[in-house]
Amino acid sequence: MSEATGLKSWLTTTDHKRIGKLYFWTAFVFFLLGGFEALLIRAQLAKPDNTLISADTYNQLFTMHGTTMVFMALMPLAAAFFNYIVPLQIGARDVAFPRLNAFSYWVFLLGALFMNASWLLPHHPAPDGGWFGYATLTERQFNPGPNIDFWLLGLQILGIASLAAGFNFIVTILNLRAPGMKMMRLPVFSWMTLVTSFLMITAFPVITVALVFLMFDRVFGTHFYLPQAGGDPVLWQHLFWLFGHPEVYILILPAMGVVSEVLPTFSRKPLFGYTVVVYSGVLIGFMGWGVWSHHMFSVGLGPIADSVFALTTMLIAIPTGVKIFNWLATLWGGQIRLTTAMCFALGFIALFTIGGLSGVTHAAPPADLQQTDTYYVVAHFHYVLFGGTMMGLFAGMYYWWPKMTGRLLSERLGLVHFWLMFIGMNLTFFPMHFIGLLGMPRRIYTYSHDLGVDSMNLLSSIGAGLLGLGMIVFVFNMWRTRRHGAVAGPNPWDGATLEWSIPSPPPVHNFDVIPTVTSRLPLWDAPPKPVPPPGHIHVPAGSWWPMVAAAGLPVMALAPLTHTVWIVFVGAAILLYGIYRWAYEPFEV
Amino acid sequence: MSHAAPAATAHYTSMGLDSRKMGFWAFIGSECLLFGSLISTYLVYQGRSVSGPTPSEILNIPVTSISTFDLLMSSLWMVLALAAVQRGDMKWAKVWLLGVAIGGAIFIGFQIYEFSSFVREGLTLQANLFGCTFFILTGTHGAHVTVGVLWMLTLWYRAMRGKLGPEHAMTVEIAGLYWHFVDVVWIVIFTLVYLLHK
Repeated sequence: MSEATGLKSWLTTTDHKRIGKLYFWTAFVFFLLGGFEALLIRAQLAKPDNTLISADTYNQLFTMHGTTMVFMALMPLAAAFFNYIVPLQIGARDVAFPRLNAFSYWVFLLGALFMNASWLLPHHPAPDGGWFGYATLTERQFNPGPNIDFWLLGLQILGIASLAAGFNFIVTILNLRAPGMKMMRLPVFSWMTLVTSFLMITAFPVITVALVFLMFDRVFGTHFYLPQAGGDPVLWQHLFWLFGHPEVYILILPAMGVVSEVLPTFSRKPLFGYTVVVYSGVLIGFMGWGVWSHHMFSVGLGPIADSVFALTTMLIAIPTGVKIFNWLATLWGGQIRLTTAMCFALGFIALFTIGGLSGVTHAAPPADLQQTDTYYVVAHFHYVLFGGTMMGLFAGMYYWWPKMTGRLLSERLGLVHFWLMFIGMNLTFFPMHFIGLLGMPRRIYTYSHDLGVDSMNLLSSIGAGLLGLGMIVFVFNMWRTRRHGAVAGPNPWDGATLEWSIPSPPPVHNFDVIPTVTSRLPLWDAPPKPVPPPGHIHVPAGSWWPMVAAAGLPVMALAPLTHTVWIVFVGAAILLYGIYRWAYEPFEV
Repeated sequence: MSHAAPAATAHYTSMGLDSRKMGFWAFIGSECLLFGSLISTYLVYQGRSVSGPTPSEILNIPVTSISTFDLLMSSLWMVLALAAVQRGDMKWAKVWLLGVAIGGAIFIGFQIYEFSSFVREGLTLQANLFGCTFFILTGTHGAHVTVGVLWMLTLWYRAMRGKLGPEHAMTVEIAGLYWHFVDVVWIVIFTLVYLLHK
């Protein structure tokens, strides 16, 4: 069965593998952009009283660095693996709603472009209110330009992409499993995708409401967050962090899933305590909803609220710690192969543990009051999101690259990449613990020599340079692999899960015959027998309409941006037209 | 209910539940958080407006009771429409589907009347916190009803052209899930905003 090629086949694709690749490359470009913004920040902070970047531009850089990394790089990089890997792991031919999947991707792309278009306008009015955009700083009164409008509209669009993806993967994982693939036989990565999807569909409505309030405050003169009319800026903080803390787990759970695949493969042992790892992930998903006010200890919510959220925050460390011990026990007595993917997975455990421990120090409100808004917090969440999420995602990239492309990334370059990232990451962020405790506030474009943090900041900036270097090595490795990478074959790592039972890259229809699963590690317990090639396998045709429908959203967003009401009807008409054509075109899954 | 869907259109699924229906239940779960956030904000800000008009000065409970009754009846017609589609009685299916759409449109008509009379009496979106929270909450609900009316009209139009039959019972059932959900949300709003106003 040959696959269509050419531009049209990519624009109309509904194949989960192609959509996964589109997600990957788009998110990777935004990852490089967010990284470039970080390098500019570190260049400015390399020496005290630096004038390289103005205060205004600096505000835009740290805002867009955070927003880009969270919503346009890390989440969609995880989504790339959801798309590519989950249907293969559960033994399905595609996701439950292939066109909704395409819609998610196009909405994500257009939302990301919408927000970043602000860099290209005269005087580059990019968002500048921080990634958590606290009211009243983001209200019209204090931020009259279009900067915040780009941010709040872009985020609303990106939220729709996440919601659509969430519905799709919940149904895919629950309903499209191969015969015999019971829930407790699901690979842990698919399990974590399921938990993440539930978090996405529950957390994103909350931030959507918060953003709609802010939009009405800015565009229509309501008073949701304005104290002079009785409104309360703390409402924004509650709504934002009610979303924001589940979002933290949306970012880390997929990486935990990747690591739970990589460690067993390269230890040649089943995951230690599979059931406990799964239930811990589910528990983290639930408990992630009960800790949000630990972001708000400095607001002064009172001793009862502070105590409750301190306790829940310490409690959530338990299922997280359980997972760490399970990963370590998986290594115990295994035949360990230190491939690049394995190194990144081990790096994940080490760095995420450091980030987790500094996280527990924020759980105590008196300590947190000393840490809030300092570089200590920056150090903490970069250990979790870079040391954790990104290391996990890099492990996934090296692990699944041969499945996605048919060729192995160079291990030699991979190890250079790993060590540059590992050393660079620690050099960049470890000193920030001390910089923060010595009193350097985050989000200020410069600092004084008198603070006594010059050399540590310089060290941190050198570390950031190493990270940049590491990414150049990685990009070179990917480019080189296209021609010179070793041919992978179906199962280069001797993996145990279903994605390794089919050719690399997989055919359009994934499985010639849908497998019947009898164990948690099907390829180790019962190697697949050759099956007779099937007759015709139906593969859905592509569709233009998801992209057309998606295009309606940024058009609608132009209305509040330009204060022109009629544009919203144009956008809504495009959206509706796309949906109707989508609903009534002949398309058989 | 679902036994009426013929086997020819049903795909094999692990849970034995139609994928579209499962996806729609997930959507409704997500919508609960959307309305939950809006309703919580309304309740948190209740009584905190620094100027009038207040809810007790302006809410017209008798009029809104009529529109609430109308919306509740439309849910009944939705049940009848689905039952008619499932037993292949397309004549009554058309009647009830159009009935649901008209019931929804009447509700929207009441809401337009309510909003414009409130604005005349001084309660605008910008007037006070009550105005902000009331209009965004009920407006979001009204937008959901409007989408529902368009959906019902679409189904009715397809039925009129003979393109909707018992083999599409699941499509109608999902539209019904949406309609009943929007109705339930209104019952919560009517209770909390109108009947228990402060």
